This record gives sequence, structure tokens and C-alpha cells, in this order.
Amino acid sequence: MADLSVSVVSAAREVWSGEARQLVARTTEGEIGILPGHEPLLGVLAAGEVRVTLADGSVVTANAEDGFLSVANDIVTVVARNAELAEA
Amino acid sequence: MGAQLRVYRQKIKTAQTTKKITRAMELIAASRIQKALQRVHASGPYSRAVTRAVSAVATYSNVDHILTTEPETSERAAVLVFCSDRGLAGAFNANVLRETEELASLLRSQGKEVVYYLVGRKSVGYFTFRKRAYEQSWVGGTDSPDPDTAAEIGRALVDRFVQPTSEGGVDEIHIVYNRFVSMLTQAPEVVRLLPLEVVEGVEEPGEKEILPLYEFEPEVDNVLDALLPVYIESRIFNAMLQSAASKQAATQKAMKSASDNADKLIRDYTRLANNARQAEITQQISEIVGGADALSSAK
Repeated sequence: MADLSVSVVSAAREVWSGEARQLVARTTEGEIGILPGHEPLLGVLAAGEVRVTLADGSVVTANAEDGFLSVANDIVTVVARNAELAEA
Repeated sequence: MGAQLRVYRQKIKTAQTTKKITRAMELIAASRIQKALQRVHASGPYSRAVTRAVSAVATYSNVDHILTTEPETSERAAVLVFCSDRGLAGAFNANVLRETEELASLLRSQGKEVVYYLVGRKSVGYFTFRKRAYEQSWVGGTDSPDPDTAAEIGRALVDRFVQPTSEGGVDEIHIVYNRFVSMLTQAPEVVRLLPLEVVEGVEEPGEKEILPLYEFEPEVDNVLDALLPVYIESRIFNAMLQSAASKQAATQKAMKSASDNADKLIRDYTRLANNARQAEITQQISEIVGGADALSSAK
């Protein structure tokens, strides 16, 4: 199955972008996992971690707050006013 | 030294000193443009992502939301003007203010009341000098725009927008700013932020693709409530960054022509000074010759 193309952007810059197998984010309703082929979605982010699992199984974690998550055609965009990569 | 020669020498000195200052300002502006442009580029992905999401929602969902629906009657419009804090930038501020006046008279001719919101000391100066009222102003820091200021402006405008018109709320929000086209060109631009007008950046779905029908989490209203202020804020921040970059470019251009003019002045005055010196020498020689003649014929 095709990979997700993920980008995490903050107000000031693009924090991270690349191909991923899975993404887990926290919306105001609770945690949501996105796999390739997910239906188009627009959700409001709650403060918390965004975990991106890459094709090789490694995990990139970013802290994001005050923003939203959009999914369409396997393109996932995490848009947050404040976002930064968490130290692994 | 003759009086005239001394005056010319003084003028040359003045032009040289001024040239040093304008040259320095030109170089400073040139180095700051790069930094300002980097910030414009760095904020690009965010504003693109926000715009795309907003357009997607506005296009692919049939929701009535105060921020997306056009009011039936529009009585009051807010105009947000982006100027700089300092001058010495050629027509930079004048362009924006002229564009603002045009927009304001257009809105008034449509029977709308205009409410001003100002950014930058120059626009505040323009309004206070003419004793005209404005709603709110933000000064300082136009050279390095701060996302927090953009958030503050966005909040103030959205708050005013959601107020009912009868209680002093506005029905439209317009922004006027200088867009950075290139190092040489900065174009003043008027954009209507609300109600949403420009739907840009939506990719046309291919033939076999189906239109994405968005699922919203939590509810479509909540998503729009959260999304539209973010959109407004990102547009405002983008305008601030564009304006900052344009200001530096305009300053560089203005200071370059000031230095060039100083060069021309120095050249012209040097020629005049040389003329005056030569005239003085000629006069002295003829005085000496005339004096010697007078002495020899007196014998």
C-alpha cells in the first residue's frame, strides 16, 4: 500500500516532512491513528504528541498544540501554531 | 580662499557626509532583505496548508457558518492597513495609504461605514495628523513581525466580526499591504479576508478521483470555529512578513537613489568649485599684471 506523505508545519517554518506508514495524533476527541487510505478528515488538535511511524519502523515524535490535522488522498498535514520535534 | 569657493567646498562636504549615511543604510537594508525573505519563505508551508484546508472545507461542505456566509446587507467594513514604523523607504507607505483611501471611498460609495485598524507608526501618524479616528493600532516591531502580534490582531478582528452589526460589529474585513514581488517591485495589494472570497490552492481532483468528502472531528462547526481564526491569523502574519520584506527592499532602492544623487551633486559642485578657483586665480593674475603696468607707466 502506498505510504502517507506527512508534513508537520508550524507558524514559523516546516518542522518535518516525509513518507510515513502510520501517524498518531491527539485531537480534542481523543487519539486518532491514520493509515494509508484513510478517508478525508479535518480535526482540531489538542495539545499533545504527534507520532509518525516511518517505513523502516522508526518513530518521529513532535509536540504540537493549537492547530489542526487534515487528511486527503494520503496527504497528511499537521498544522499547529507551535510545533517542534521532540528529542528522541 | 574666496567666499564662493568656500561655499562650494562646504556643499561638497555635506553631500559626502550624507552619501556615507545613505550608503550605510542601503547596505543594512540589503542585508536585512535576505533575512526577511527567508521568513516569508519559511512561513509559506503553514499558510499554504491553512489556506488549502480552509478552501477544502468551504468548497466541499455545505455548512452555514458565520465566517463563510455572505451577509445579506453589509453596513460596516474594517480595513487593516500595514505600514512601516520608519520612513526613508520611497513611496512604500504612500502607496499603501493611497490604496487605502481608494478602498475607503469605494466602500463608502457602497454605503458602508469604514473602520480602520492600523499597523505601523507611519499609518498612525498619517491618521493623527489628519485628526481622523481609527479603532486600534499596533506599532513597533514591523521590521521583525511576531506571530503573537498577528494572533492579537486576528483576535481583535474576528471578535469584531462575530459581533452583531447593530452592536458595532463589522460585516467585512479588508487588508491593505505591500506584496513583495521582487527586489525591484513591491505592489500594494487589497485583499478581502472575510467573508471568504479567494479560494486558492485547491487541487482540482483528477478524472478518476472522487471529491474528498471531509469527515470532521469533533463537529463541523467546531472545526470551522477553530480553523477560521487560524486562517485569518496566518493571512495577517503573512501580510506582515511581506510588508517587512517590501519595506527593506523599498528602503534599499530609495537609499541607492539617494547615494546616486549625492554622487551627482558632488560631481556638479566639484566642477563649480574648480571654476571658482580658476576664476580667482585669473583675477589675481590680472590684478598683478594690472598693478605692474600701473607702476611701470607711473615712472
